[in-house]
Amino acid sequence: MVVHAGHYKEGNIIIARSITFIGLGRPVIDGQRKSEVISIKAPYVTMRGFKVIRSGYATLNDPCGIKVYDSHDVTIIDNIVDDTFFGIYLQYCRKCVVKNNRITAYGIEEQQIGNGIHCWKSDSLQIIGNTISGHRDGIYFEFVTNSVIWRNVSTANIRYGLHFMFSNSDAYISNVFKNNGAGVAVMFTHKVKMFGNTFIENWGDAAYGLMLKEISDSYIIGNRFSRNTSGIYMEGTSRILVEKNIFGSNGWGMKIQANCMDNTIAGNNFISNTFDVATNGSLVLNTFNGNYWDKYEGYDLDKNGTGDVPYHPLSIFSVIVEKNPPAMLLFRSFMVSLLDKSEKMMPSLTPDNFIDTLPRMHALPL
Amino acid sequence: MNRIITYIVLNIVRSNIVVVYTLLLAALSWGIFSVEDNTSKGILTLLNVILLTVPLVSLIFSTIYLYNSSEFIELLLSQPIRRSTIWWSLFWGLTLSMQLAFLLGAGIPIYVYAPPDVGLIMIAMGLCITAVFVSIAFLSAILTRDKAKGIGIAIMAWLFFALMFDGLVLFLLFQFADYPIEKIMVGITALNPIDLARVLILLHIDVSAMMGYTGAIFKDFFGTTLGMIIALGILLLWVAVPYTVSLMKFNKKDL
Repeated sequence: MVVHAGHYKEGNIIIARSITFIGLGRPVIDGQRKSEVISIKAPYVTMRGFKVIRSGYATLNDPCGIKVYDSHDVTIIDNIVDDTFFGIYLQYCRKCVVKNNRITAYGIEEQQIGNGIHCWKSDSLQIIGNTISGHRDGIYFEFVTNSVIWRNVSTANIRYGLHFMFSNSDAYISNVFKNNGAGVAVMFTHKVKMFGNTFIENWGDAAYGLMLKEISDSYIIGNRFSRNTSGIYMEGTSRILVEKNIFGSNGWGMKIQANCMDNTIAGNNFISNTFDVATNGSLVLNTFNGNYWDKYEGYDLDKNGTGDVPYHPLSIFSVIVEKNPPAMLLFRSFMVSLLDKSEKMMPSLTPDNFIDTLPRMHALPL
Repeated sequence: MNRIITYIVLNIVRSNIVVVYTLLLAALSWGIFSVEDNTSKGILTLLNVILLTVPLVSLIFSTIYLYNSSEFIELLLSQPIRRSTIWWSLFWGLTLSMQLAFLLGAGIPIYVYAPPDVGLIMIAMGLCITAVFVSIAFLSAILTRDKAKGIGIAIMAWLFFALMFDGLVLFLLFQFADYPIEKIMVGITALNPIDLARVLILLHIDVSAMMGYTGAIFKDFFGTTLGMIIALGILLLWVAVPYTVSLMKFNKKDL
């Protein structure tokens, strides 16, 4: 079915047959702020080339720009979704593709706007190359398994760039999350793979480049975290491999709460962070190995590229600030530098096994 | 008046100490920036130079200079020149030459290597700190006729502002950790020019960390144009108040 250019005000359009629905010259489908715009209720539907605007606003039935109900093999490709409550919504779906859409909203408050791409109780989805901004959460996954989120750009959303819960065995690769209210949150999930993503400029006390809560058996490899208040915040995570990432110019490179265990942080570059690592207790159940720390002041007598003395990434001042935040005011004063230096020589307040035993002398080429 | 300032500046610039100070700053700054491949680490080292070395040298040198030029001051007093004019000229002569030394020694490398906003605030703070500590030197030099005592007072003042004050603040912070003291802390910062300068620079170099909760309070105050103007105003007060007190003492002093 081909729709020619024009401005269509049709109310709620329900697609109940397996059709290919193509817009020529980008027809505008206007929900006039009254209802859901397009509802797809059949399998094997392809929708491409439309501009969907102005859905209704209701918190009871969540009207969307495009919503897919209990379906499979639906492809939503190359559409523009503008000023809708929810952008694209998939529920009980399998094997669907959401690709190259541009989704924009103008939300001001968290309660008054929905998510850009919202996926719920689905399996085998592909979310590829979308650009999302101004929603509550850019991409929202709940109970979605075996799916991939690839090359999306999620910026300036009110809450999270990506919000991810109970969604096992998913991968997100090469996405950019920038300047979102609270960064990216990944919670209550196992077997997540995060490769090559960029997390930048997520600023604020509760904003994290990447927040991990109750995550296990996952891989965080080759990502870049820069200019965030905290690069990664880990709480209750276990068996995660954090490898070959770049942490640059963050307030805190990583905040690892003491309830995390068996995580391996290896071969990362920590450059120009105010604090490399912070923690809230003295229990250390994680391993740091072979990272490059630009604050490392040790030596390498045998010239094998690895420092001969271990590095303590936890500065005493980061411990003090964790307990007593206003102390931040004294940061970089001579007194504090003195404290830091003496603590590095003889750890007393910081756990003495919180060390990188094989710190690198030079930054890894990442 | 201008002629006296010119004479003092020339006299100071010709003295080896200021030349050595300039060269020291230059060697430090160029050295740090060219050795470190990482500019931000160089900036941190220079931050310590601005917060420790600059106040110390400004303070001690100005105090010694004032004691050493007591005969010159007496000579000027025998001329029909107002006492306030002499004191004013001495102050500006010293301040300008120390600031010139800072600009030539540290200002140029900072300007070349540091990112523009950080560089600008560091240079501005260096100049302010110089003026503040020359002013404090005037006060310590006028308080006592004994040169050794005067220098002692100057060193104590430096120790207090550079070291002891922060220790006291840290102590207070822990004593009152259970109370919401963030806003009061902003006020306490104003009591120490070095801390004030440090916080203003910090807001530029550790901007990500300063976006955290407490940091945000400081940022909300010092980061705004109004806060910046207030902070600069307080720094100016730190120049004006010790100078005015020393001037009042000088006007009444029996030389």
